[in-house]
Amino acid sequence: MTKPTTAALLLACIPFLAVCFSVPLWDRIDPMVLGLPFNLFWLMCWIPLTSACLWGAYRLHASRRPENTPGHGEGEPE
Amino acid sequence: MKPSVVAIAIIFGIILLGAVAGLFAGVRRKMNLEQWTVAGRGFGLIFVWLLMAGEIYTTFAFLGASGWAYSRGGPVLYALGYLTLAYVVSFFILPEIWEAGRRFTLHTEADFFLQRYGNKYLAALVAVVGVAFIVPYLQLQLTGLGIIVEVASFQAISRPVAMTIAFLIVAGFVLSGGIRSVAWVSVLKDSLMLIAAFSIGIGIPYHYFGGIGPMFKALAQTKAAHLTMPGSTANLGHAWYISSVLLSALGFYMWPHAFGSVFTARSGDTLRRNAVIMPLYGITLPLLLFVGYTAILVIPGLKSGDLSLLTLVRQTFPAWFLGVIGGAGALTAMVPAAILILTAATLFAKNFVRLLFRPAMKDDEVAKLAKVMVVVITGIALYFAVRSSTTLVALLLLAYAGIAQFFPGVVLGLFWKRVTMTGVFAGLVTGVGITAYLLLSKHDPFFGLNAGFVALCANFAVTVAASVLTPIQVSGFEERVEQVAAT
Repeated sequence: MTKPTTAALLLACIPFLAVCFSVPLWDRIDPMVLGLPFNLFWLMCWIPLTSACLWGAYRLHASRRPENTPGHGEGEPE
Repeated sequence: MKPSVVAIAIIFGIILLGAVAGLFAGVRRKMNLEQWTVAGRGFGLIFVWLLMAGEIYTTFAFLGASGWAYSRGGPVLYALGYLTLAYVVSFFILPEIWEAGRRFTLHTEADFFLQRYGNKYLAALVAVVGVAFIVPYLQLQLTGLGIIVEVASFQAISRPVAMTIAFLIVAGFVLSGGIRSVAWVSVLKDSLMLIAAFSIGIGIPYHYFGGIGPMFKALAQTKAAHLTMPGSTANLGHAWYISSVLLSALGFYMWPHAFGSVFTARSGDTLRRNAVIMPLYGITLPLLLFVGYTAILVIPGLKSGDLSLLTLVRQTFPAWFLGVIGGAGALTAMVPAAILILTAATLFAKNFVRLLFRPAMKDDEVAKLAKVMVVVITGIALYFAVRSSTTLVALLLLAYAGIAQFFPGVVLGLFWKRVTMTGVFAGLVTGVGITAYLLLSKHDPFFGLNAGFVALCANFAVTVAASVLTPIQVSGFEERVEQVAAT
């Protein structure tokens, strides 16, 4: 089984910090942005930003594959 | 014509359209167990996306989330948080689960446990716990359907009658087409859902306040506390938010139906790319929250928040539009319900009855028993839905608390060689036990934390400790243990 790379895991940590653990920092009404309370605005921003982080992780994964997989695709000890 | 007749006629028209699409999808293929449950493992990016989106945006998002925005306020943001983060988790674990599924022809989550840990009692326990916690989720969908028909008919059709009719239809298309028909109905359901979310999420605040911004400004002036946590509740603060988001994000793909949908994918890479785009679908959820927030200002004092979205739609728009929204809502209940029923029935037949009592059963006999179970499980959920009056979100939180307890067994099973069957068994029993105790004794939240999360932590600790204390066990995902699992 392919272990995820550290870089991909670090990318994955970013949305967790932003959306989950930092809640006391952004759970406020002001400043209202685009007419939205700040907490709702913040979470909505992180929908596309999370996609972006995962896209980065996917690029990392895809770039790693070519030198890892030729011949024996599973990469698992028999 | 009376507005209630127009609305109800349109709702049933949409339901029938969905049922026909579902029946059509199943007609051309011979349904064996492999086709029925995982569609021959042939779904590409689009179909996997449709199937997964189809099972995620349920009545919970449609009526429940707007209902909590109405009745609880700020804490409802947990739904937005966990729906975003669930895909981060899925990016890493789903391709590995898929890989195991392909190598060992797995159909269900219990199959996964059986293969990895080689113990049929553990697998049967997973099946039973899975079915047990699917029932409240199914009950959530049924209740949602009942609410839709009740409101749209201006209280002329009672909830139990509505729920019974709708679920006969769902059971019908599950029986005929299996998982493939579900993916097809998802196309219809998701298009309608998107149209509905955008038109009411933007239209309703505009109608009453001239826009989303002015609506929030009015709300911030009159009920500022409602917009942040703990909102209109006493104990759903930041600790509850963090623990609920974590529990739900980790538990998300532990749902036996979500876990099973992984096996329909054509490749692990399909699942990885799917995880990248899935969060974007979450943009409909805030739109539904806008409706709930508008409802506090326009129609305060409803006896249940779950009624707020539809009541406001009924008051704002003509009857035919109420019918369209109601029809979209009905499909968002029926599609996930179909998947839930299908999964629960297969789990019970394959991983409980055959595994423990009838090892000689052939695959078609399992499929046949599963079809009987479709009717039985639907009946049980219908019974609970008629009897109980819990809010939709509360039902979902309860179900998640139980389902998330599979997480240590799945993730440690994939990534940690030292985990043992005894460890996972002990952890799962601990986790489910604590969940049941805390929920039944009304200790949720427990010291400000989500009770399911407390149970999950205990589960993790027990799994790791008991694994380290028991002798090393070779993973069933190593080729050579295949014979052990087969005996």
